[in-house]
Amino acid sequence: MQPRPVSLKILDIFSVVMLGVAAYFALVKAPTELVMGAVQRVFYFHIGTAWTALLGFLFASVLSVLYLVTKDLKWDRYQVAAIEVSLVFFLITIALGSIWARPAWNTWWTWDPRLTTAAVTELVYIAYFMLRQGLDDPDRRARFGAVYALLGGISAPITFFAIRLYRTIHPVVIAGSNPEAQGGFSMTPSMLTAMFVALFAFTVIFIDLYWNRIRLGNLQDQVEQLKLKVTM
Amino acid sequence: MAEDLTKAARKTLPTDRVAREQTSGNFIKAISAVVWKDLQAEFRSRELFLAMLVFSLLIILIFNFALELDIKTRQSVTAGVLWATFAFAGTLGLNRSMAIEKDRGCIDGLLLAPVDRSAIFFGKFISNLVFMLLVEIIVLPVYSVLYNINLFQLGLVLVILLGSIGYTSVGTLISAMSVQTRTRDILLPILLFPVAFAVILSAVKASGGLLDGLTFQEVLFPISLLITYDVIFIAVAFMTFESIVEE
Repeated sequence: MQPRPVSLKILDIFSVVMLGVAAYFALVKAPTELVMGAVQRVFYFHIGTAWTALLGFLFASVLSVLYLVTKDLKWDRYQVAAIEVSLVFFLITIALGSIWARPAWNTWWTWDPRLTTAAVTELVYIAYFMLRQGLDDPDRRARFGAVYALLGGISAPITFFAIRLYRTIHPVVIAGSNPEAQGGFSMTPSMLTAMFVALFAFTVIFIDLYWNRIRLGNLQDQVEQLKLKVTM
Repeated sequence: MAEDLTKAARKTLPTDRVAREQTSGNFIKAISAVVWKDLQAEFRSRELFLAMLVFSLLIILIFNFALELDIKTRQSVTAGVLWATFAFAGTLGLNRSMAIEKDRGCIDGLLLAPVDRSAIFFGKFISNLVFMLLVEIIVLPVYSVLYNINLFQLGLVLVILLGSIGYTSVGTLISAMSVQTRTRDILLPILLFPVAFAVILSAVKASGGLLDGLTFQEVLFPISLLITYDVIFIAVAFMTFESIVEE
C-alpha cells in the first residue's frame, strides 16, 4: 500500500483549518441578522455545501460522458467519488435548510420548487447507489452507473422547470415559493465575507474528501484484483 | 488518374446510396420485427396486458376509498389519480416485458441479430408504448363511466399520448438496466420515478388544466415541456442503449 501523498496530507490539515475559520466567520465574525437572529448563521454553511454538491453532480454527468466514450474505469471511480461526496454534502444542505426554515417559514419543509428539486435530486443519486449495489461485474456496474447518472443529471433541470410551472399556476404557494420573498435579507459586507469564506472552505473540503475517496477507490480496485489473482 | 477516380466515384456512388437506403429500410424492418414479436407473444399469452389492466382497476378502486372520490374531490384529483394509475401499471408492464426477454434468453438472440442495437430499443419502446396505450384506452372509458366525467377530449388524449411516450422511453431504458441487477423486481420504480418525475408532473398539470376547462392555449407550457422531455429522453436512450445491452 502506498502511503498517503504529502500534498494530500497538507490538504487534509488545510481543510480542517478552513472548516474552523469558516465556522469562526459564520458564528462569531458575521453580525446577527436583525429579524431572524442567530439561526440565519446556518445560511453560510448551507450555501457552502449546496454550491459544492451541485457542482459535484454536474461534474459527475461530465464524467458519465467521458466514461461512455473512453470506457476507461478510471472515470467510473472518479464519478462514484464525486457522487458520494456530493450526496453527503447535499444532505447537509437540506438538513441545514430545514433547521433554518423552521423559525423562518414556521415549517420544516414546504413543497417549494427548490426544495422539491433538491429532494428528487437526492433520491436520484440514492437510487444510483442502489443500482450499483445490485451489480457485481465492474464493467457493467460502471456502464449502468454512467448512463443513470447522465439521466439524473439531465432530468434535474427539467424537474425544476416542471415544478416551477406547477407552482406559478397556483398563486397560493407563490409567496412561499421564493426564498427571497419570505425570510430574505440583504447582506452587509461582513456577511458577504463570511459567505465567501464558507464557499472557499467547503470547496477545499470537498476537493480534499474527493481526493481521499478517489484514493480509496483505487485501493479497493487493487484489493479486488489481488483477490482475483489469489483465487485463480 | 483523375479519370479513374471519377469513374470509381461514379461507380461507388449509386451502390452507396442503395446500401444506405437498404440500411434505413432494414432499421425500420428490424423495429417492426421486434414490435411484432412482442405483440404476437402477448396476443397468445395475454399475461401482461391483463395484469396491467386489472392492476389499474384495483388502483382506481383503492383511490376511490382512500380519497373518497365524491363530486367535489373528483374535480381536483382526477388527473392525479389517472396518472398515478398509469405510472404504477406502467412499471408493471415495463418490468415484465424486459424480464421475459431476460428469462427465456430471448435478449441474446435479439443481440445476435445483425441489426443496429438502437433498433431493438425502439422496438421494445414501441411495444411497451402500445401496451400502455391499450391499458389507457380501457381505463379512460371505465373511469368516465364510474365517475361521470367526460375524459374524451382531443387535448387530453394528446397529453396522455405525450406523457406515455416520455414515460415509456425512459422506462424502457431503465428497465433494460434493472432486469440485469440482483434486486430487479424492486429496483425499477426506485430508478424510474425520480427521473420520470418531470414527465408525470407536467402531464398531471396539463390534464388537470384541460379537465378544469382551460383552453389548449393555457396549458401549452406544460405540453411543450412534455414534448421537450420526450425529445431529450428518446435521444439519450437512443445514444446510451447500446452500452446497456452490450456484453
